[in-house]
Formats: sequence, structure tokens, C-alpha cells
Amino acid sequence: MSDVILEATGLKGGYGPIPVLHGLDFEVRRGEIVVILGANGAGKTTTLRAICGMISTSGSVKFEGQEIINKKPADIVRLGIAHVPQGRGTFPELSVEDNLKIGAFTRKDKDVAADMEQWYEVYPVLKERRHQRAGSLSGGEQQMLAVARALMSKPKLLLLDEPSLGLAPMIVADLFRRFGEINAETGTSMLVVEQNAQLALGVAGRGYVLESGEIAASGTSDSLMNDDVIRKAYLGI
Amino acid sequence: MELFLARIFDGFASGSTYALIALALVLIYKATTLINFAQGELAMLGAFLALELWSHGVPVWFAVILAMVLSALLAAGIERTLIRPFDPKDHLPLVIITLGLFLGINAIAGIVWRFDPRAFPQMFPSGNVIAIGAATLSWYTVCTFLTVLAVLYGLTQLLNRTKIGLAFRGVSSNLESSELVGIRVGPTLQFGWALAAAVGTLGAAIYVADPLRQLEPSVMGRVLIFASAAAALGGLDSLWGTLIGGISIGLVQSVVVQYVPFIPNELSLAAAVIVLMVVLLVKPSGFFGTARVERV
Repeated sequence: MSDVILEATGLKGGYGPIPVLHGLDFEVRRGEIVVILGANGAGKTTTLRAICGMISTSGSVKFEGQEIINKKPADIVRLGIAHVPQGRGTFPELSVEDNLKIGAFTRKDKDVAADMEQWYEVYPVLKERRHQRAGSLSGGEQQMLAVARALMSKPKLLLLDEPSLGLAPMIVADLFRRFGEINAETGTSMLVVEQNAQLALGVAGRGYVLESGEIAASGTSDSLMNDDVIRKAYLGI
Repeated sequence: MELFLARIFDGFASGSTYALIALALVLIYKATTLINFAQGELAMLGAFLALELWSHGVPVWFAVILAMVLSALLAAGIERTLIRPFDPKDHLPLVIITLGLFLGINAIAGIVWRFDPRAFPQMFPSGNVIAIGAATLSWYTVCTFLTVLAVLYGLTQLLNRTKIGLAFRGVSSNLESSELVGIRVGPTLQFGWALAAAVGTLGAAIYVADPLRQLEPSVMGRVLIFASAAAALGGLDSLWGTLIGGISIGLVQSVVVQYVPFIPNELSLAAAVIVLMVVLLVKPSGFFGTARVERV
């Protein structure tokens, strides 16, 4: 099982007394893109927040074999998990450049500047606007920045929370194409939460369908897309 | 004309000290959007520590710097024990704690040093740089202003060029994302408290180092109100705004009292606050504050 990078078993969690997740089992293998699909309120965002220690949880989450449940977010980042939260989570008052720098906050190596240059090549618009406040960027640009910022920490696993939210279809398509490229080039594993099932299954290898805090279906992207019952009930495609 | 110049110089001197205390307020406000009502009392305590060290033979500047370090450590301790256990997003308990600190520190200073005013050693050369008739620009005024500039420059460099500065700005901008990039939020806020206390102590020491003033436990109560007004005027989250805010309030205070006959000296506090209200009505985020505009 050494190729499993993230393994959740019986993961429960919620906000205060309100439980949202009722015991989830899922895994992400090294180098894989996995998507979690589900309607509003199914618990997709909560799942990601549970993984990176932002809410109180119970059950087990193992990252590279190490138990990380109820560790602090700052410690989980240092193990190699980066999170792009819903609504981008950029630092609006900071410049684009500082957003990238702060993404590399946990790194101690000397290649931070070189990595920044690399992201500027991937997203030239970020280079043009590097001295602008991140809050002044458009939604699509902020999402690019959020992804680049998360990857500046050189994570082994990237958590993406509804990256398509509020973006124009063309920008979304480009963004997902990039995810595929980044995954292929760097081998970074990704766990993507999405409502846009068709797009997400297009880049992901496997998927889970979440319904009311429980996993209702799982399988390879092809099998999920070709299963008529699942398609009609959950994916709307 | 001479009188007018004299009032302007006075305004600059007191305005510069308001700016230092305002700067301390802004440092904590930036990180937590909280006004620390105990900031003035912490600064007063720092000034007493400096006076105590000085009276034991430590040279005045060394005593002040040592007191800045001590009050920074004290503030770091306060943050760890009284502030951090509470939810940073819930302001009411925190405001009450800072009010409690205000009263507590004031009482402790009263017990230890009593309420008789004491002379504070001069920190700057005495005498005047220039004298235009009755209007004299003293070394105290010039040095105070230069000190504020130096502190502002140093803080700007610290926040913009160091890693802890980046963490501090990150926490100011987005608390949740700061955790997600691995910033340890607690120690970063603690750093803000320590920095604010050090700046505040410097401000209080310079304020009472004016030969016309003396140090006593309640000396900063008035200053805190002017400094709050200065901070709000400059825009609460702007470092350099405190300079403009502080000087504006200082000038209003000294000029209005001189030239508006129906406002006696006792009402200078009210005059400053009225100016503040008028400015904030026109520009709610102050002169330099960030109006939170964000595209989504």
C-alpha cells in the first residue's frame, strides 16, 4: 500500500455540534488526480477542511502512513499538503509577488525565486501584475494565483476546493487543463472537489460521489461517467 | 506670525508623539482589527521602567531601549496568557480584556510608583535649533519628529523585507489562508504585540521627556485618545498614515486652542475628536486606510 499517499477511514467531522461527515473512506494514490463530486451541502468542502485540520474531526486520516487527524493546519502544510480553499483564499492586500512568497513560507531552500519565475512563465499575467494587490485581480487571475501560491510550497498533495466556482467556462477549461499538465510534470497528487462533474472527471483518474456526508458511489472516471444510474442521480450529465 | 509659528511647532512636537502611540495601536489593529485600549498604559509602564533604570545609573537612551525590550517581553506574555485563549474573531471579550488591562496596569503603576508626577530625564539636546522671535523650534521637536520618521522607516523595512514581516502582513490580510500556508498565527500575533509595546514605550518616554511634562500613572490616558484619533485619521491600518494623523491632530489641538476663542484649552480634546468625526464622515477609511475592495 506504499503507493497510497492519503488514506481516510471512518472520517467524521462537522461544525460544533452539527455533524457533516458520517464516516468517509477514501484514498488518493501517489501521482493521482481524484475528484470528489456532490451537490451543494453534500460535505465536499468539509471533507477538505477535515483533511487539513481546520475543523475538529474523528476517525483516521493517514498521510504517507502518518496519522494527521487533529494536527494543526500549520503542521499539516509542513508535511506536504497544500490547500486552495473555496473562494481562492488569496491575500487581497498583499501584492501578487508577496502572495507567491508567502506560499513558500514553509520552505527553507534557495530555489524560491526560481520557482516564482517558473510560475510567471506558466501564468504571464501574474508577472505583468506582480506588484498589484491580489484583491485587484479578476476572479480567474486570482484562481491562477491561488493555485500557484499553493504549489509554491512544493506539496506532495494538492487539495482544490471548487476551482471552477464563479469562473467563465473557457477559463475553467484552461485551468483544468493546467491541473492535468502540472500533475503530469511534477507528479503532484491532487484531490479536487467539484460540482462540474464532466470537467473534473475529464482530468481525474478516479472519483467519489458524496451525498449527505456519505460516499454514495466511487470508481474510475470512465465507470462513473458510463453508469447511467449515477449519471442521472448525481452528475446531471 | 511668531505666535502662529510657535503653535505650529508645538503641534508638530505633540503630534509626533501621538503618532508613535498611534503606530503601536495600528500594529495591533492591522493584525487583529482590535484596538488595544491598554496600549497607553503599557507605554506608561515602559516609561516608568526606563525611569527606574535611569535612576539606577543606566544612561537614558540605554534605559529606554532596555525598557522597550522589557515591555515587549511583557506584552508577549500578556498576549500568550490573556489574549490567545480567546477566539480572535470575537472582539467583545478581547475589548473587555484590554480595558481590564488598562485599569490593572494603571493601578499597579500607582501602587509601585504612586501618583506623584516625576521628572523624566531629557532624551534630546536642550535648546533651540532656530528662534524666530518668540517662535522657537526646539531640538526636542526636531528630534522627536526625526525619531518618528526613523521608527516608521525601520518598521516598514521590517514588515516588507523579513519573513516574520511577511507572516505578519499575511495574518493581517487573511487569517485562514495564513494557517493554510503554514504560518503559526499565535506567535505572529505575539510578535505584533511585542513590537507595539516597544514602539509605545518609546512614544511614552519621548512624550514625558519634554521638559514641560512629567511622568505619572495617568499621563497616557489623554494621549491614548489623541493617538486613537490620529490612528483613525491616518486610516487605522496604515503605518505612515499615523504620522499624518498624529501631526494633524497635534496641529488642530494647538492651533484651535490659540485661535478659536470659544474653545478653551480644556476642550482641545473635543476639538480633535470633532476634526476626526468630520474627516471620517467624508472618508470613512481615513487618509491612507485600505478601503476593502475586492473582486470576486
